[in-house]
Amino acid sequence: MSINATPAGADVAAEAERPTGRHAAVPGQRAGRRPRPPLSENKRAERRLGWLLCAPAALVMVLVTAYPILYSVWLSLQRFDLRFPDEREFVGLDNYVTVLTNQFWWTAFGVTALITVVTVVIELVLGMGLALIMHRTLVGRGIVRTAALIPYGIVTVVAAFSWRYAWTPGTGYLANLLDGSAPLTERASSLAIIMLAEIWKTTPFMALLLMAGLALVPEDLLKAASTDGATGWQRFTKVMLPVMKPAILVALLFRTLDAFRVFDNIFVLTSGANETSSVSMLAYNNLIRGLNLGIGSTMSVLIFLTVAIIAFVFVKLFGTAAPGSDDGERR
Amino acid sequence: MADIVLDKVSKRFPDGTTAVRDVDLEIADGEFVILVGPSGCGKSTTLNMIAGLEDISSGELRIGGERVNDKAPRERDIAMVFQSYALYPNMTVRENMAFPLRLAKLDKETINQKVDEAAKVLELTALLDRKPANLSGGQRQRVAMGRAIVRQPKAFLMDEPLSNLDAKLRVQMRTVVSRLQKQLGTTTVYVTHDQTEAMTLGDRVVIMRGGAVQQVGPPQELYDHPRNLFVAGFIGSPSMNFLHAAVADGRLRTALGDVPIGDRIRRQLDGADAPRELILGIRPEHFEDAELLDEETRRRGMEFDAPVEIVESMGSDKYVYFTVEGERATAAELEELAADAGAADFSGAGSNLVTRLSAESPVREGEQRRVWFNLEKIHLFDPASGRNLTLHEGRAAGALAD
Repeated sequence: MSINATPAGADVAAEAERPTGRHAAVPGQRAGRRPRPPLSENKRAERRLGWLLCAPAALVMVLVTAYPILYSVWLSLQRFDLRFPDEREFVGLDNYVTVLTNQFWWTAFGVTALITVVTVVIELVLGMGLALIMHRTLVGRGIVRTAALIPYGIVTVVAAFSWRYAWTPGTGYLANLLDGSAPLTERASSLAIIMLAEIWKTTPFMALLLMAGLALVPEDLLKAASTDGATGWQRFTKVMLPVMKPAILVALLFRTLDAFRVFDNIFVLTSGANETSSVSMLAYNNLIRGLNLGIGSTMSVLIFLTVAIIAFVFVKLFGTAAPGSDDGERR
Repeated sequence: MADIVLDKVSKRFPDGTTAVRDVDLEIADGEFVILVGPSGCGKSTTLNMIAGLEDISSGELRIGGERVNDKAPRERDIAMVFQSYALYPNMTVRENMAFPLRLAKLDKETINQKVDEAAKVLELTALLDRKPANLSGGQRQRVAMGRAIVRQPKAFLMDEPLSNLDAKLRVQMRTVVSRLQKQLGTTTVYVTHDQTEAMTLGDRVVIMRGGAVQQVGPPQELYDHPRNLFVAGFIGSPSMNFLHAAVADGRLRTALGDVPIGDRIRRQLDGADAPRELILGIRPEHFEDAELLDEETRRRGMEFDAPVEIVESMGSDKYVYFTVEGERATAAELEELAADAGAADFSGAGSNLVTRLSAESPVREGEQRRVWFNLEKIHLFDPASGRNLTLHEGRAAGALAD
């Protein structure tokens, strides 16, 4: 996150969380909205107090998220290159046309999508395994859990550097296993290493979310399934997974949104060489290195939209609910 | 359809605690057996061992004559009903009930037919397409029963299936369970901590304490002829009254006066190692308002005077509470029973006496009343071992027997 905190990165990071929260509240609201009886004086005063209590936090939110978002949307509608400040001009959607017809953008988009899908799928499988192990461990529970969570506790950039050194020919222990080749100089192997680093780092997070889901499966349910004649695998697929589904979807949503904004590992491992740039990387290069505020902002807005769409799909189509929100309606 | 035999079955946990100790039990084919006891007595562990959800540490378990110690639950062909109902929340009522049949790979038509049949028996037909979340507690309970009966298993195991229902529904479901079991004739092992449920439901009741079986028998036998202090105190509501009794000059000195003893008891008390102090047990219904009795009956018992504390009129009879002076009866069993009833730290001075008198008795709170109790029905217990001394060849005969 430390490197990600450029203006564009911050927009996306802050925005990624918002759709989740907003949409998650919808099922509960919908149930309460339709009949809407007139509010009593008491209720109204209570509601007013509620708004007043929220106001300071809401104000801060507006200042640190809404303003930068709107500002970057505004920038994206202009030709604005800091190297040529005199040529600043409102150009409408021209920047969007430029970006969306550009092959670098689509290559980066493809790389990002690939990294997102592959890492999230592998993380889900490994994370589930890890969660089951952590859940079932009876002896040394604390040690097992702590050990599993170490990768998640290491700063991404630090971990990325250790991966880079490990894969550097001559000095790295992993590169030395490959008799002299330099995997970070080729596209396929670079992407594989980036994904490996991502998976290594975030599987524990996935496991943690899934473990919370596992704790929701009542022990009696599994016992009942055993006596009903289910094998271990059937208990897992027919009882555990359906009951855990909300937790799994939340974990997938969080991870997909995070994975789509992949930056640190690529920045450290390849700097985007050999067409390994993600969209965040590309936006950073245009915005910060290229000083092109117009194009850079356009890209960050596009990233924001993609993330919003992903969140929308998860919440609306798969019925993902944020943890803690009322899911009584769907049952 | 099968019998279940537990042969010296024990359960020891890795941390060294023994949850179940050498349980011997033969459950006949089609029998309805209740395991009852306070929490932590090992009844649920025993049931889980029969189900295969807990490993058996030692001993042998046979279902239908076949040793099943090492068989997985799904290979034992038993159905279990849980206190929490354990319905699959993602499936409808129909899918829940069909689940064991689907796992058994029956064809769709047979499954539907069996589910419909079971639903009819339990009056669930209208609810088949609902999800468990949209059912009431009683309905969920019936679905859980339905899921157990569709499969026609060798045995039903029920782990406090009615404990989550409210009192009225529990009484109603009790008859449903009872009728269902008679109708299907399937061997059933039923765990409960509620002695009323145990008394009303079972063909035979197994009373457990601290992982060991205390007594096995038909409900009435356990009530009339308790083998020890624990069984006597556990069965019955309101429970048996216990009083301290000191042996002196061939009589028992108690708070109710000196109780005479017959030859048989005297012989037992003559031994060198015989206890000098006993616990006298009298059930509430063996008291009566002395005024209401004829001479003939009065001669068979003893009388005492005591102040009336509280009168609870039940319509058919009256529960009258007396306070009597004197030493309290103390024994490990009694403390355990009090703890289970949640009254361990609740004790006034002297002993409280619960009596069940005829509704005709004009007894009033605050007055002094003469009360009679039946000497033929009293029990005497050894406080150290808890053994019932009045028991002779399995029958309790009172303190006066020769």
